[in-house]
Amino acid sequence: MKTTETPAPVPAESGAAVTKAGAPGGGEPARHKREGTVLNVFSHGILVIWAIMVVMPLVWAVMTSFKDDASIFGSPWSLPDTLHFDNWSRAWTQAHMSDYFLNTVLVVGGSLVGTLVLGSMAAYVLARFDFPGNRFIYYLFIGGMSFPVMLALVPLFYVVNNMGLLNTIHGLILVYIAYSLPFTVFFLTAFFRTLPSSVAEAAFVDGASHTRTFFQIMLPMAKPGLISVGIFNFLGQWNQYMLPTVLNTDEDKHVLTQGLVQLAVSQGYKGDWSGLFAGLVMAMLPVLAAYIVFQRQVVQGLTAGALK
Amino acid sequence: MQHGKYRFIVGFLTVPLGLYALFVIWPFIQSIYYSFTDWTGLSPDFAMVGFDNYERMLDDDIFWKSLQHSLLFALLLPVVTIGLALFLAFMINVGGRRRRGGPVISGVRGSAFYKIVYFFPQVLSIAIVALLFAFAYNPDSGAINSVLRAVGLDGVQPLWLGDPDLALWAVMAVLVWSTVGFFVVLFSAGMASIPADLYEAALLDGANRVTTFFRVTLPLLWDTVQSGWVYMGILALGAESFAVVQIMTTGPGGPDYSTTVMVLYVYQKAFRDGQAAYATTIGVALLVVTLAFAAVVMKLGRRERLEY
Repeated sequence: MKTTETPAPVPAESGAAVTKAGAPGGGEPARHKREGTVLNVFSHGILVIWAIMVVMPLVWAVMTSFKDDASIFGSPWSLPDTLHFDNWSRAWTQAHMSDYFLNTVLVVGGSLVGTLVLGSMAAYVLARFDFPGNRFIYYLFIGGMSFPVMLALVPLFYVVNNMGLLNTIHGLILVYIAYSLPFTVFFLTAFFRTLPSSVAEAAFVDGASHTRTFFQIMLPMAKPGLISVGIFNFLGQWNQYMLPTVLNTDEDKHVLTQGLVQLAVSQGYKGDWSGLFAGLVMAMLPVLAAYIVFQRQVVQGLTAGALK
Repeated sequence: MQHGKYRFIVGFLTVPLGLYALFVIWPFIQSIYYSFTDWTGLSPDFAMVGFDNYERMLDDDIFWKSLQHSLLFALLLPVVTIGLALFLAFMINVGGRRRRGGPVISGVRGSAFYKIVYFFPQVLSIAIVALLFAFAYNPDSGAINSVLRAVGLDGVQPLWLGDPDLALWAVMAVLVWSTVGFFVVLFSAGMASIPADLYEAALLDGANRVTTFFRVTLPLLWDTVQSGWVYMGILALGAESFAVVQIMTTGPGGPDYSTTVMVLYVYQKAFRDGQAAYATTIGVALLVVTLAFAAVVMKLGRRERLEY
């Protein structure tokens, strides 16, 4: 930050301009211009350095996924001699990446739909209807956002086990939904409150039931909010690691994140690092690609909650 | 709107609330209860033991180490991450070269590009990020040490995750790397909504950019900074620190307990050592720390809301 301060004492010919009383004098634009240029170079420098620090590890991973094991260890930063696509096919089939992908798609697909349907139902009722206990239920949901999940996971393991849901896809879906509800309800309650009530009242006067009003009028009106919270939940559930690590210990049912960690352990014994890197990149690229395409919506979805 | 109102409310709330109560609320209550028993988790039998678990916890050196590390995570990570993010966001939004006739303060060229790139780690799973850096930290073939060798620092080849004095910092750096981008984007959105007149007035009054930042930008962003602080602290105490420590460190939690954190210790006691009751006791301590942290930040950070 030093560079931005240095110009301050310099302008002898325009000393007045720096004081509080001074209207912009003759030297003022020049001072600003110099300060602007120095700052500009400085800030670009800093920003480029951080951009490199963010991108380099990702580039390194992509490069490594195309190399053979010998060159991974010999020269970590060299370009691959030839593109070893066999790493990728080995990871996809032998290392079960295809299974992990399928499991993740099933779990996240089911939980995302469930979270949005159940979350918007609860949020709509809490936002639009007065009844005894409304506030209590609302805060019960909100409280879930700040409690450490791990505390609940110890008994939850046995709850899930007793219900016969341990190591099942549908059991994992139900748990994902339950733990996604606090933020979803919080976000959508605020959203439903901003929607005009006149439309719903008109529909009701026309003889539509509450349920029909909700599904045919309110839900379509809430689409922007549903998209934001949907993206938030999609990324959270796709990237979830703690819940499946505790509740999904059967290797055949592993989701991507735990599958990769499992792979890192087992490939460690086999020494197949290139296969592991191929798996890592395979898991990374679809999310990054989706982010680049839907960049604006993703940023909106993820920052929406914090700006409220 | 009264017709069938309560039937509708009950119909819409039962499923979400039931799911939430069963998988979130009930386990939380249970785990507080279990912390007063000698339940192993392996057999259904247990007896009440009063405060025995809590006494044991106070004598447990590893618990104190994990508490110390968790507190360090909760206090230091938000400071570093949010500080760095504010700095980068300020550079993006204010570091621009002044164009003739343009506003006094403008964003750098390519600000959209920086924001897109900085956000990359946010869409990746923390598990994938942790795995990637576990390899980057590898002392022999990792990306980091080979960069050091390439620039002639052959003598500086730290063991990173293998060095008890360095491991914790290496792990924390990964969390900073993966979360800064989110806050840069969040704060940028906040900064962009601050009216340009305020900056112009400050500059006319002779304030330099550093003063402008502390006197204009930061106070107007305070609400966002504060909620970001709580959010980051809760992550650093919970899911994120679990993933990085469990995946990256030897043991996990090592070497020599130098990286163990409370959330990992709960997991290990419950699912590795078969001491479910003691695990919930540590979990209750984690709950207390989390709530205390949120309360302190909210209280210290409270100031009058500035309207603009």
